Amino acid sequence: MKHMKVIGPVLKRIPRLPNVKQQAIKLSENAIRKTEKVNQFFLEVGAFTLFFWLTFKATFSRDFEFREFLRQCYLVGNKTLPLITITGLVIGLVLTIQSRPILAEFGALSMLPNMVTLSIVKEMGPVVTALICAGKIGSGMGAELGSMKVTEQIDAMEVSSTNPIRFLVVPRVLAATFMIPILVLYADAFGIMGSWLGANIKGDVNFVLFTTQAFSSLGFSDLFPAIIKTFFFGAAIGFVGCFKGFTAGRGTRSVGIAANESVVMASMFVILIDLVAAQITDML
Amino acid sequence: MEPSSQPVIVVRDLKIGFGKLPVLKGLTLNLNTKENLVVLGKSGSGKSVLIKCIVRLLRSDSGTIDVMGERIGELNASDLAAMRMKIGFLFQSGALYDSMTIKENLAFPLKRIKRNLSSKQIDEKINEALENVGLSDTLDKMPSQLSGGMRKRASLARTIVVDPQIMLYDEPTTGLDPVTSDEISALINQIQEKYNTSSIIITHDIECARATADRMIMLKDGKVYMEGSLEDFETSSDELMQSFFKPKIKHQR
Ligand SMILES: Nc1ncnc2c1ncn2[C@@H]1O[C@H](COP(=O)(O)OP(=O)(O)OP(=O)(O)O)[C@@H](O)[C@H]1O
Ligand SMILES: [Mg+2]
Repeated sequence: MKHMKVIGPVLKRIPRLPNVKQQAIKLSENAIRKTEKVNQFFLEVGAFTLFFWLTFKATFSRDFEFREFLRQCYLVGNKTLPLITITGLVIGLVLTIQSRPILAEFGALSMLPNMVTLSIVKEMGPVVTALICAGKIGSGMGAELGSMKVTEQIDAMEVSSTNPIRFLVVPRVLAATFMIPILVLYADAFGIMGSWLGANIKGDVNFVLFTTQAFSSLGFSDLFPAIIKTFFFGAAIGFVGCFKGFTAGRGTRSVGIAANESVVMASMFVILIDLVAAQITDML
Repeated sequence: MEPSSQPVIVVRDLKIGFGKLPVLKGLTLNLNTKENLVVLGKSGSGKSVLIKCIVRLLRSDSGTIDVMGERIGELNASDLAAMRMKIGFLFQSGALYDSMTIKENLAFPLKRIKRNLSSKQIDEKINEALENVGLSDTLDKMPSQLSGGMRKRASLARTIVVDPQIMLYDEPTTGLDPVTSDEISALINQIQEKYNTSSIIITHDIECARATADRMIMLKDGKVYMEGSLEDFETSSDELMQSFFKPKIKHQR
């Protein structure tokens, strides 16, 4: 089983689902396939939880790999910056162009900078940036660690008495956790700039005036939750990418699967965290 | 070879399987001090699995493994790490870190296992290890820039650079030309002489086995099928043994 390596020690202590006897196999292959799927699911959940715990523990242990952390921070930023610049700009532009007629209809055209900025800072900036990062960084980490797993490089680290979770996973998760909020702020800035460009298409708007108005409606209570949730986005993306890579199966095909599953799972986590964050912010 | 009273590795009744497939079914063996033990066996007979169990990269289903008197299955994480520092492990696939240069590959275990070396000493050891495998000029190359055989040798250098007390070689000469193979076999003997290492050498290369073996075992059906000296194996009338050792006759047209 593919997660055996990571969770082997713990699984030995968890009672397995009842072993299906030879006879039962003949009686109902179908049923077995179903229990195996269920089994697989719980294995995955178990492995995920265990991996989370091991990563958590390794994060707060001594011997932090600071150089590796910096290298990963650089990579996270370097890989995504061009894409995020363009996306931020375009989102601001498009939101402005599309909101304008609606606001004009209500005679609230003067609200344009406020409204667009609010939606960029609170929702569009964080979520779109995080989804891009899920695609770019999550899959990258999944593929990189997956190929290290498949070619036994992770095993080699382990026999060199190096905890591969501490050396590989912790720096990556932390890099994603700290870099993605920065990337989000960066995307927000470009979004607002794009919005100003959009506002300039029809009419001449002074940049200083535009930004002053844009920020005037932006309170601490808007900014703070929006920034907090991006840390969670980052942690989730880094963690899922590493988890999928680390638990990759055998054979080169597993590398592709790990990369692919990283993106799916990381994107799902981003959306779910966003939902939870919205609920919590709403309650406050 | 003088048989020592205290084996460094004792494997008793080792069983391990993957899913429904049993691989080792009650394997028992000893590795004596200062001994080169050659392990033979068909592809898929569980040779790599055996040595992975010894360093606990794989967890056995049952049976015990003692390395230098300590039960591998019962060590906690830090004791296991300490134990692994004494064991050199050559992966069948090489397993070089492909994001690092050859030099960094060798420095990686050195810095972690021999923590009190100065950077000058580290450089010296790296150069010596690479020289031993004939790769002095690849220091700053990436693994992807090397040929398969060179990668294998670089990986061997990474294994020996930390002077382990026990060496586990997984097919050290596979994929190498005969000249280099002989050099590697000689190197294995040299390491044994110099550092008094005890080694398990997995190989399909009969020449390598001839050159290095103090004792041999043949795995079959998850157990030790035969054990003995090189002569025992070569003179055996057993069919499996013959297929390994008899010179191959070219097919007649
Ligand atoms: N981690 C694993 N998960 C599942 N099956 C495995 C695993 N490792 C090994 N096996 C299986 O165990 C069997 C023995 O594998 P092993 O690699 O030990 O063979 P080997 O004797 O080293 O063969 P070769 O000479 O080809 O290297 C194979 O059938 C292999 O598929
Ligand atoms: Mg093998």
